This record gives sequence, C-alpha cells and structure tokens, in this order.
Amino acid sequence: MSTATAFLDIALIVAFVALAIGQLLCVVRLFRGPTSGDRVLALDTLVINAIGLVVVLGMTQGVKVYFEVSLLVAMLGFVSTVALARFMLRGDIIE
Amino acid sequence: MTLQIVATYAAAVCLLIGSAFVLIGVIGLLKFNDPMTRLHAPTKVGTIGIGMLLLAAMLVAAAEGDPSAHELLIMAFLFATAPVSAHFIAKVAIHQQSCEAPPPPPRDDTWSTLNSPDRKMAEGPASGAP
Repeated sequence: MSTATAFLDIALIVAFVALAIGQLLCVVRLFRGPTSGDRVLALDTLVINAIGLVVVLGMTQGVKVYFEVSLLVAMLGFVSTVALARFMLRGDIIE
Repeated sequence: MTLQIVATYAAAVCLLIGSAFVLIGVIGLLKFNDPMTRLHAPTKVGTIGIGMLLLAAMLVAAAEGDPSAHELLIMAFLFATAPVSAHFIAKVAIHQQSCEAPPPPPRDDTWSTLNSPDRKMAEGPASGAP
C-alpha cells in the first residue's frame, strides 16, 4: 500500500507541474494571440485547466467541497466564453 | 485491500495520462499557426485530459472508502459545453475572416454567420454567393 500511495503522490506532483506549465503557455498565447478569437480560446483553455487544478488540489487535500468549486468554475467559464463570443459576433450580448 | 491498491495505481496512471493530454493540448494551442487549427488542440485534447483527471479523482475517492459520483456531473457538463464554446469561437473566426479561407458551403448557400441582416460583411475570397 505504501508504494501505491507514494506513486500516487509522485503522480499528483507531476499533474500539478504539468497543469502549471499549461497555464503559463496559455498566458503566452493570450498575450501573443493575433486575433481576438485566439484570445477567447486562450481564456477558455485557462478556465478548463483551472478546473483540473482545482480537482487535483481536492485530491491532494482530500476535501469534498472542491468538486462544487470546480462545477461552479466550469459553469462560469462556459457562460463567459459564450458571452465574449457573442460580443465579438454581434457587438452586443443580449439583443 | 488488494482492490484498494489496484485503484490507487489506476488513479495515479489516470493522473499521468490526463496531465500529459492537458499539456499536449496547450502546446498545440501555442504552436499551431492558424486560428482554425489552433481551435482543435485544447477543445478536444484538453477536455479528454480533464476527463481523465476527474476519473482519477473518482478512483481515489473509491479507494479511500467513500465513492462519489459528483465527478460524473462535472465530466458530463464539460463534455457537453466544450463543443458549444468551440463552435462559438469558430463562428468568431469565420466572422472576422481571420482564418485563411472558410470551407466552401454546399451548393449555392452562404455561411449564415456572414450574412446577418444588420451588418454588411466584406465578400470573402471563398464565399460562394454570386
């Protein structure tokens, strides 16, 4: 059992590092993005990777409330992506 | 006891696979050189990566003795909303004509996002309307 939990700890650290590097590369695309659609896509990817970070944090600390947090982040990310895309399509969010 | 060990190992492997998928998706977002091509990488690969992370969370919760199905809800929500947001971002790319040439619409149709009644769009190079 101890080797299994040690392997799980190493996998958790690897997941944290990979998600953090992913967030940094997303920020690079957010600043470099030539079109505004790329910037919206980078923001959407940032939110989805933040859901992964929250899930891995909940696995590390063993707290159940992080799953409600990640569900809220997912809903907010989807609504904000659609609102930004609507604003770029129409110049207005609610017609 | 041994089932617990197998679930812990499976959760660790799912974590490694999920983080690798997420990282590959973000590298694709950074390295591709066309807005439509860039749309492919994070919206598919990244969604699968988050799904694997949630599967790992379910396996860890089952190994610790209290299995939960909350993660299935997040997974279903993500898998349902990722194509919708990708569709909206693709519509933005077609609408602003930032992609090289949108694929030709069938027969004598036009792209419905380009002929909105209240806005006059410039004629794209590949719009098939006469």
